Amino acid sequence: MSITSRITGSKHTFDSVREVLAKANEEKSGDQLAGIAADSEAERIAAKDALGSLSLETLRESPVVPYEDDEVTRVIQDGVDEAAYDRLKDWTVSELREFLVDEQTREPEIARIRPGLTSEMVAAVAKLMSNMDLIQAASKMQVTARCNNTIGAEGTLSFRLQPNDPSDDVENIRHSIREGLSYGVGDAVIGINPVEDNAERTKRLLDVTKEFIETWDVPTQNCVLSHLTTQMEAVRQGGSADLLFQSLAGTEAGNEGFGIDVDLLDEAYEFGKEHCTASGPNIMYFETGQGSELSSDAHAGVDQVTLEARCYGLAKRYDPFLVNTVVGFIGPEYLYDGRQVIRAGLEDVFMGKLTGIPMGIDACYTNHIQADQNDIENLAVLLTAAGSNYFITVPMGDDTMLNYQSNSYHDASALWDIFDMGPAPEFETWLESMELMEDGRLTAHAGDPTRFLEGDR
Amino acid sequence: MLSFRADHARARDAVLTKVSEEMIEETGLTSIQSRVTDQDEYLARPDLGRQISDETEARIRDECTLNPDVQILVCDGLSSTAVEKNVPNLLAMLVDGLEERGFEVGTPLFVKFGRVDVMDEIGKTLGATSVVNLIGERPGLHTAESLSAYLVYEPHPDKPTAKKSVISNIHVDGLPAVEAGAQIIDLVERMHDQRGSGIDLD
Repeated sequence: MSITSRITGSKHTFDSVREVLAKANEEKSGDQLAGIAADSEAERIAAKDALGSLSLETLRESPVVPYEDDEVTRVIQDGVDEAAYDRLKDWTVSELREFLVDEQTREPEIARIRPGLTSEMVAAVAKLMSNMDLIQAASKMQVTARCNNTIGAEGTLSFRLQPNDPSDDVENIRHSIREGLSYGVGDAVIGINPVEDNAERTKRLLDVTKEFIETWDVPTQNCVLSHLTTQMEAVRQGGSADLLFQSLAGTEAGNEGFGIDVDLLDEAYEFGKEHCTASGPNIMYFETGQGSELSSDAHAGVDQVTLEARCYGLAKRYDPFLVNTVVGFIGPEYLYDGRQVIRAGLEDVFMGKLTGIPMGIDACYTNHIQADQNDIENLAVLLTAAGSNYFITVPMGDDTMLNYQSNSYHDASALWDIFDMGPAPEFETWLESMELMEDGRLTAHAGDPTRFLEGDR
Repeated sequence: MLSFRADHARARDAVLTKVSEEMIEETGLTSIQSRVTDQDEYLARPDLGRQISDETEARIRDECTLNPDVQILVCDGLSSTAVEKNVPNLLAMLVDGLEERGFEVGTPLFVKFGRVDVMDEIGKTLGATSVVNLIGERPGLHTAESLSAYLVYEPHPDKPTAKKSVISNIHVDGLPAVEAGAQIIDLVERMHDQRGSGIDLD
């Protein structure tokens, strides 16, 4: 297939949909590393122009990894609602963009087209959009999910409390939970990344978090982010998990790198519905991030934005409660600096919401990329405007186990204040009962972890 | 807020420093280099950090013990500080401990600009049954001294990440080097007993 554009005054020709998708991306070091990025700014714009003229039918019929070769492609293609698809298959990608940014288009209209979209369409339209387009379109989409509480409702902004510890020290973890809750965060999940990935450790941390949640009657859910098989084993051994977690990739080979496949995910989902302690119905938690496929050499010549959209297409199969990109975590070879991290964060949350999953973000950076705390505070403001369901928070913005920086526990109140928002409704009621919140604002007790000392209960 | 910025400044600097020649010499490591030529390329090209040149392959075949049970590597990774602080103690302990349990340990190598998966190519070249790669983690604000040990049974460039094992957060406030050494030795023993690593282990 040959696709051309003359928008820059000279003729640019592209040989495949995959090539147009890759070259239409905003600049990303990961696409350059993969050798698939546009060679010049002119070529980038020509690719966007060429992509805009393609029909959604062309994208449906040209999945970036062949149907026969890749089970992620099969999940996405087989999940399409054919009636919804038939109504929009003649649209061009440009027309899809215009529909999404039209002020007359609201969530109900978008909900009607969602079942007809593939991940390639979702990625394609993101590539035609400016940063503000992405924010505007994302802000009107609302995807709620329900576990022990409800996330994503209008006017709410939730937070994961991430009390990681470099030695999985239980008392340090409890202190961190006390501190986070006292700042009003933790309604998305109290979720720990363990240092050691084994069933015994996972069960122990599940038990510690569960006991804390029950002691203080916190309307939230727990999760320990070890490998999916480890979590299932921990639950078989009697551990209490509200949510099951797994990292996802956008290709079958990428998921093999993570030690998972669709069969295992299917099995875990059924297992979770039976054995997880949460009332649900949404009990799965997934993390993703641009560049993870390339890092395991499983990108199949596809750009990282399209692969990221495919992660969401896969995630959707499991009606998750939480999905977040960990943008900025993986390193400068995929997202070079604050500018690329911000662009990727906006793309990811937009694409997740357009896919129809309850999307959040870990707005973060490591110490070997060209970014600092101001960059991710910028991103947090932009993505609150875009209607991200939740953010990750760590004490003082510093995760001492994973060695990276994210938003801090106390960023939550700043974002609620700027945007006149609050936590999930059940959680707000509970914060009020703990005298940590009153009339939608944190009280003078906020930030005082001693309110959660066991002796007081 | 400024103390946060001060910690960030220290972490940024740790990314740019190098492991000293003295440490490499004192610990008796044989020094080689991945295909990466400088620090900028190291950050930008992870693929080159996982490979060694044909000359380096020939050299290690010549100078190192072939077909060892366990090959130990040390990589500077993203924190030379982590290597300098932990490796001198840890390396000696590992070699002694593994030999005590009857493993033949190969010639320990230092890989400048090495990535985690350089262990696949080196392990395969030397015919090692398993490889332990001690690598400096990217520095955090709390510590720039954190080291990780990545382990693989039957190293091969096509081996997926999930089939590798890791012990992370080796530093004074995390897992102290002495305890880490004992855990690594136990893990190597399990890997050899069960003939696998990562998710292949029970």
